[in-house]
Amino acid sequence: MSPRPLRIERQTRASRIGLPAAIVIVAVAASLPLWGSSNLMKTGVTFLTLVALAQMWNLLAGYAGLLSVGQQAFVGIGAYGVWALAEKAGVHPFVAVPLAGLVAAAFALPTAGLTFRLRGGYFAVGTWVVAEVFRLLVINIGWLGGGSGASITSVGRIARDTREAAVYWLALGVAFGAVLLVYLILRSRGGLALAAIRDDETAAAGLGVNTVRSKLGVYLLSAFGCGATGAVIYLNLLRVQPEGAFSLNWSALMIFTVVIGGVGTIEGPILGALIFFGLQQLLSDYGSWYLVLVGTIAAVSAVFAKQGLWGVLNRRWALELFPVRRRVDLDSDTNLAAAEPNPDSTSPPDRSTGAPPAEGPPVATAPPHESTQKG
Amino acid sequence: MIHVDPAEAGTAAGVLNASPDPRGGVQTSPMAGSLLEVEGASTGYGSFQALFDVSLRVDEGETLAVIGANGAGKSTLLKTICGLLRTDDNTVRFDGRPIGSLPAHKRVGLGISLVPEGRLVFPSLTVYENLLVGGHSRRTGPWSVDKVRDLFPLLNRLMNKQAAHLSGGEQQALAIGRGLMANPRLLLLDEVSLGLAPIVVAELYRAIPRIVAEGTTLIIVEQDIGQAVAVADRIVCLLEGRVVLRGRPDEVTREQISAAYFGV
Amino acid sequence: MAWVNDVIQGILLGGLYALFAAGLSLIFGVMRLVNLAHGDLSLLAAYAALLIVGPLDINPFLSVFLVMILVAIFGYVLQRGFLNFALEDDPMPTILATFGLSIVIQNLLLEVFSANSMGLDAGAIETQALKITDQISIGWFPLITLVTSVVVLFALQLYLSRTRMGRAFRATSDNQEAAQLMGIDNRHLYGLAMAIALGIVAIAGVFLGIRTTFNPSVGPARLIFAYEAVIIGGLGSVWGTLVGGMLLGVAQTIGAHLDPGWGVLAGHLLFLAVLVLRPRGLFAKQVQA
Repeated sequence: MSPRPLRIERQTRASRIGLPAAIVIVAVAASLPLWGSSNLMKTGVTFLTLVALAQMWNLLAGYAGLLSVGQQAFVGIGAYGVWALAEKAGVHPFVAVPLAGLVAAAFALPTAGLTFRLRGGYFAVGTWVVAEVFRLLVINIGWLGGGSGASITSVGRIARDTREAAVYWLALGVAFGAVLLVYLILRSRGGLALAAIRDDETAAAGLGVNTVRSKLGVYLLSAFGCGATGAVIYLNLLRVQPEGAFSLNWSALMIFTVVIGGVGTIEGPILGALIFFGLQQLLSDYGSWYLVLVGTIAAVSAVFAKQGLWGVLNRRWALELFPVRRRVDLDSDTNLAAAEPNPDSTSPPDRSTGAPPAEGPPVATAPPHESTQKG
Repeated sequence: MIHVDPAEAGTAAGVLNASPDPRGGVQTSPMAGSLLEVEGASTGYGSFQALFDVSLRVDEGETLAVIGANGAGKSTLLKTICGLLRTDDNTVRFDGRPIGSLPAHKRVGLGISLVPEGRLVFPSLTVYENLLVGGHSRRTGPWSVDKVRDLFPLLNRLMNKQAAHLSGGEQQALAIGRGLMANPRLLLLDEVSLGLAPIVVAELYRAIPRIVAEGTTLIIVEQDIGQAVAVADRIVCLLEGRVVLRGRPDEVTREQISAAYFGV
Repeated sequence: MAWVNDVIQGILLGGLYALFAAGLSLIFGVMRLVNLAHGDLSLLAAYAALLIVGPLDINPFLSVFLVMILVAIFGYVLQRGFLNFALEDDPMPTILATFGLSIVIQNLLLEVFSANSMGLDAGAIETQALKITDQISIGWFPLITLVTSVVVLFALQLYLSRTRMGRAFRATSDNQEAAQLMGIDNRHLYGLAMAIALGIVAIAGVFLGIRTTFNPSVGPARLIFAYEAVIIGGLGSVWGTLVGGMLLGVAQTIGAHLDPGWGVLAGHLLFLAVLVLRPRGLFAKQVQA
């Protein structure tokens, strides 16, 4: 008797509630320009672009194991890209957003060529150097506005209400798109490949996974996302300057958000964005103190709470709003039949019970845990 | 002395059920202090348990051979003794003192030195520097660089060579010499013969009697039974994390050892 | 002839970069830790010097020793109290932890000292020069800086190669588990490595603070220079780091000569070129175990 095909289950209990709820939230958010104030919309853009950026960094670090401290390069390229396309090429500003993303992805190719030679911490600093190079190049190129920057004036031709609403919807689109993109990648074969690379690159390569292509693909996608988001951010701000557009603070934003929320999950960065954004608003009167606070929390989290806040919650209540794992469903009838002792089969099915365990950042198998004492 | 139930003599069960005779043996009775006592060690790696309630004792000046197949838990046992794996205080007692939770680097100061599996010499350091690092703990005793060179003359012309460029046998000699530089009371040798040609192994084992002559207590872990049993005062055999055989070489036959080793 | 002057200035500057690089390289060698807060920690030294020099009204040179000690102690505490817990096979926790630290330091300094540019005033010696020919003169201060750098690097090299602790550092760098078997306490060793590295970087930080103005945001640039010097010179060699620093310094001064805005960029381009053509660095001395 040959075994019947196993039924692969994707939904979790939490996601069955979560997904419809998320749809409602998104619908409400989309309607904001109809009833919200100008300020509220601007705040919304700030939050939504933060979510988008966080997911793009999460994609790189949490799923491909590439720790970049240089994504601000692509934020800046996206910003200047949208400016150049809108001001110099006469492209409609809102069409320019995805195009700016493509420009960023184009620059990401040679960047990868250089930085992929490095590993770990050296890769991180390498990406930082490249971002600096971009910043310095832009400062030194006259027609980009040099050190004092450039303004996006062509947007001014559009009526203010329309403009603000459009920018807001673009922000919503980028955020939604980022989450969707990450979700789709992970449900695909590419996602399995990424998880394998993240856990053990050598083993993955040995199994035939094209690690370079997978990593490059993720790197380009992340650059695209950062570029498009940068374009939206600066359509909101209307003035692009090298110091701001290529600022290290974009990386700080992305990294802290994801680390506090939880690396390697889809829900984590969203949670982190809520926290980061909340703290930013709360402490807005205190200058840069919020960065000191958030930085400290992130640094401590990175060492003592690697799964982030979402990881902690996940462990307690086994939530997973965006199911990306493939679980063998042992409850369905087809699977019960397949699970019966079978003289032809060799190994028993996986005895998974309940929700899958928390996904987490790549922590290589630790040496025998007593061998090094810390402190 | 091994005590075997006459009804089970010559059978695997007889071997597996054998227990140390409390009256016999060259060594002092368990009442007197042993140099090392391991009691109920059940250490492992993360969620993987490698030892199951392992107990043994070694008296000062003795040479104990711990044999067993791959994965039997021999290295885990040595790591537990030397401190790379830590347990409850009382699980490991050295000269009467509970040291189970003490980290490895502190146990070196007490006189326990491990020559690890795979040699683990410091590749970027020269042979001479490797030996000097061996003496980092600054314990006093008979061993010095000169005495190690005397023990392993092959190291003489290699003194300024980087350890990475040594052959397997040379690295093993260096590793043993480095372990001796800590002037240990208890020297642990983990799979000295691994990956080496028999002739090289034989030469390394020729150094053992000279080490014993200095009064050093030895625990030798080996997959290769021959050499280990030849130099040992007592043997312990592990199988899948448990002690399945204890005794002196003159009391245990090759068949009994094989049976215990393979668990048949 | 002006080119010769550039090269000389670059070499003198390179000594400072080499000190930054040596600290970074030591930490990475011993602990596999890439310290993203490296540059910001050197800034802490400069601001600490500022705090000492002001009330006591002494020459910044005299403060170097005290600042070095203070920063070294801070480094030991930082390592044993926090960073030791981040050390594991995966580099992510240390990268993220030191990145967080970098941002925290930058913004703390910003809040406490404001964004204004500060400088350490060492008096007349900053401008006095040793005249060699009509077109070439070497400033006394840059010369002192270079000599100090070489002396410090020499001392570091001696420490690593001749002393008991230096050997312990190298052994731990090779294999930290085997090092424990020698009786080496690696928690303490890591703390010591960080203390020494930061002490060295503190010297460089104060000297750089005398040489140019500084503000809370220049930390990352210093990290990048240190890192570039290490990559150009090659890992594992103290003297390679010196040459790497000098090459970087020369590239920067020549670049700045061509166009003031291109100085730093020229250095970056040199770094990228080495990365592409000789990824191991020019003087790499790694031993494959």
